[in-house]
Parts: sequence; structure tokens; C-alpha cells
Amino acid sequence: MNELSKLSATQVAQPLAAVPALPSLPSLLQGWRTVFVQEMRIAFRRPGHTLAALMFFVMVVSLFPLGVGPEPALLRRMAAGVVWVAALLACMLSLSRLFADDWQDGTLESLLLAAYPLPLLVLAKLAAHWCSSVLLLVLISPVLALQFDLSASATGVLFVSLLLGTPVLSLVGAIGAALTVGLRGAGMLMSLLTLPLLVPVLIFGAGAVDAHQADLGAGAHFSVLCALLLLALVAAPAVVAAALRIAVE
Amino acid sequence: MNSIFYFAAPQRFYPLAGRLIPGLWLAAALLGVFGLYLGLVRAPVDAQQGQAYRIIFVHVPAAWMSMLIYLAMAGWAGVGLVFNSRLASMMACALAPTGAIMTFLALWTGALWGKPTWGTWWVWDARLTSELVLLFLYVGFMALHGAIEDVRRADRAAGLLALVGVVNVPIIYFSVKWWNTLHQGASISPSGVSMATPMLVGMLVMTLAFWAYCIAAALMRVRFIILAREQHTGWVQKTLEAP
Amino acid sequence: MSSWTSLSEFAAMGGYGLFVWGSLGMCAACMALELLWLRGRRQALLNEAQLQAGLHAGMGGQS
Repeated sequence: MNELSKLSATQVAQPLAAVPALPSLPSLLQGWRTVFVQEMRIAFRRPGHTLAALMFFVMVVSLFPLGVGPEPALLRRMAAGVVWVAALLACMLSLSRLFADDWQDGTLESLLLAAYPLPLLVLAKLAAHWCSSVLLLVLISPVLALQFDLSASATGVLFVSLLLGTPVLSLVGAIGAALTVGLRGAGMLMSLLTLPLLVPVLIFGAGAVDAHQADLGAGAHFSVLCALLLLALVAAPAVVAAALRIAVE
Repeated sequence: MNSIFYFAAPQRFYPLAGRLIPGLWLAAALLGVFGLYLGLVRAPVDAQQGQAYRIIFVHVPAAWMSMLIYLAMAGWAGVGLVFNSRLASMMACALAPTGAIMTFLALWTGALWGKPTWGTWWVWDARLTSELVLLFLYVGFMALHGAIEDVRRADRAAGLLALVGVVNVPIIYFSVKWWNTLHQGASISPSGVSMATPMLVGMLVMTLAFWAYCIAAALMRVRFIILAREQHTGWVQKTLEAP
Repeated sequence: MSSWTSLSEFAAMGGYGLFVWGSLGMCAACMALELLWLRGRRQALLNEAQLQAGLHAGMGGQS
């Protein structure tokens, strides 16, 4: 059962090695696609981890009304912050194991040795993780917003803010995951390292909904979130690659 | 050309640091006493804030040190990463606790200044939040370094983390310009100074005192780190065994 | 010259004594603690090294 669901290191390296290592765009895209498809396949064969993160997200969000009381006005004000913090924590939980399995079975080393630029492969892996795990959190957020009696337009703003912000969470979280790969207690440590860096995303993400609810418009917040996303897309993969090289030596 | 890298060896840097430390302590003490005299005794009372403003003479130096030390720490970590220098990484490790203490002092003294002056111990504005994030970054650096057993991997990983966090320092510095915050705006800028001279001089002297203190503490710590890490070498064993 | 007329006035800091001295006190305390901590660790390292040296000398003498 395990052999079916976890591909060996050689099986991952083979497709990568089969494609000639020319620095042309088509071959780069080929390399990207190979890793992306591989990771998606692995994620779908073992949905347990993805579903656990999803359930954690739902449960944390549901705990808040139980904790602070059911007063609708208060819940409406809190909704964005609560959903955002829960998404943050669920992402951290999910990302902390991003490189752990690969580290253990040697896939990580073959990724480092592959003929493609490591940042590119890292981006592919992160994209697959986001599509298979984090996207589910984003898609379920409108349903959770119902628990907080959030208006339809505010829910829409929350959805877009999560859509823009969660990739940044993945990209920056991967830095923490790469720095702590293979360490004992890596999950907690990784969250400790990454959460301070994600404070701006949280502030502007949740702030977008607050601004919308205050009739100020979420445009400015969305702009900043886009800027953060672009910055993360450009800078994070290289940093993650450097961190992986440090970890594997 | 040789002289810059001469002291890059821990064995040669150790005695150099040892010679610098007493002078730095003396400077810190003298400047500190003089600065406190200027600040607490000579400087006049503030028209709006009363005597409470005198906290500025420790708050601003601590805050400036917290940012400066982070930049120095990240700088040395970068040197350690690029040039594979052990001593540079050791220096980064030595700076972190001092920087964290300065950040804590900036937050503490800021809270004590904020309560009587603006009515609140804390507010979630851009400057205070990013200063708090700075404290978390320092702690994260130390935690990551401590969690990795292989010292060189620890140096490199923590160094990378420090470099990633550098982006926070300009945010702290420019936050009062970019956002409407409760924290007061910059009194000292390239375009001029909006502070009375006796206060300014006192603050600058205290900053120099804090600076001397921080360098002294960091050099003391790096000497300790050198001894601990190079324990297997002959020169360290001779140094430790000497009565 | 100085604007203070008495020591008690200086200590009271116009009513803000707790805040001003609380700030200065914490700074002094942190610096003193840091210094003591560093001294203590250095002493511990030296003691351990002396102990090790004594052990080696003892073992060397016996063999």
C-alpha cells in the first residue's frame, strides 16, 4: 500500500533526468510541470494530510464563536481576523511537513541534483501544495463566514483577500519549512520563525475586510496584497532553494 | 590587504577583542553618567509632557540600538554565508541577545512613556507592531540556531533567516512617515532637528553610551563563543588552563 | 543651571517618578544581568576546563 502511494526517489529523478537540460523556456516549463504533476499525484493519493489541515481550519474558526459568545455584531467584526488567523495556523501546520517526507526518503537530494534550477522546482512544489491543500481552505471560507453572519460583499472581499494572501503564506512558510527540515520539533519552530514575517499579510488581508465593512473600500489593501504576492513570488523560491541547500549540505 | 583578513581568524581576534573591552566599558560608563547628567539634571522640563519626557534619554538609544544591532547581525551573518567565515557567524550569534535586550528595553520604556503621556501602555500601530516583530525575529534567530546541532548548518540557516528579516528594519524606521501612528514622528532627520539643543545633546551622548555598552557586551559574548567552539584547538586549551 | 531644587523633587520627577525611574531601572537591571550572565558563563567554562585538565593530568600520572 505504501509503495503505491509514495514514489521512490529514483522514480522522481528519472522523469527529471529524461528531459534534456537545456536552459530554454520549453524545457524549464517541462521541468516545472513534471514536479507539479508528481506532487499533485502524491497529494491526491494521500488525502489524509490535506483533510487534516482543512478540519483544523474549520475547527479553529468554529471555536471562536463558542469562546466569545454568539453576539452577531461582535462576530461580524471578528470574522475576518479569526478566519485569517486560522488560515495562517492551518497553513503553518500543513507547510511544516512540506519537505519532511522528501528529506526522509532522499527525494530532496535528487531535487537538489536535478538539472533544473532549484528555485523553479521549489515553485512547482509550492504551487502543487497550494492547489491541493491551501486552495481548499480558501474555497471553504465563505461557508465559514456564514457562521459569523458576514455580509455577502464582505465575504467576497474575504475570499479575494485569502486568494491573494494564502500564496504568500505558502511561499514564506516554505522558507521556514526549508530552514527547519529534519529537526526535532520542526513544526513549532517553523511557525515561530515564519509568523513574524507574515504579520504584514495578516494585517492587510484581514484589514481589507475591515476597510470594506467601514465603507472605505478594500482597493488599497488588495494592492498591497498583490505587491506582497509579487515580492514573494520573485524572492521566496530562491531563498527556499538556498535554505534547502544549507539543510542538505 | 592582508590586515583586514588578519583578524578574521578567531585566534587573532580573541586577544584583540580582549584589549578593546575594558576601554569600551569605561567609555560606556563615562558617557552614560554624563548623558544622564545632561538629560536628568541639565535639560529643561518639556512644556507639554512634563518630566515624563525624560524617558526619551533611554528609550531612543535603546530603539536605535535594537535596529542597528539587527543590521549588524544580519550583515555579519551575510559575511559568514558568503565568505564562509566562522568568526563572522560567531559575531552574529554574539549580537543577537544584546539586540533582543535592546528591543525589549525599547518596548518597555516606550510603554512606560506612553502611559502618562498618551494614556496607553500599548497600541497596535505600525511602529510598535514592527518593533515587536523585531523582538520575535531576534528570538527566532536564537531559537533556530539553538535547535540545529551541527554548528555550521546552524550558522548558515540562522544567517539566512536574519537576512530575510532585514526587511523589517526599514519598516520600523519609516513607519511613522508612511502611516498615521500614535508614535510621534521623527525629530531628527536629514532636513533638520526639531528638538531643543540640551535635550538633543543628552540623547546623543546616551546613544553613544548605549553603543559602547552594546559593542562591549557583544565582544565579551563573542570571546566566550570562540572559546566554546574552538575548545578542541591547542591555543584555547592553553588559554583555559592558564590560571 | 539645574532646574531641580531638592533631591526629593528629583526623585519624584514631577509625579512621573515611577515611569522615569522604572525605565532607567529596567535598563540598568538588564545591563547588569547581561554582564553577570556573561561573567558566569565564562567562569563555568574556565572551571570545566580546569577540571578536565586536572583529570588528564591525573590519568597521565597514573599511566
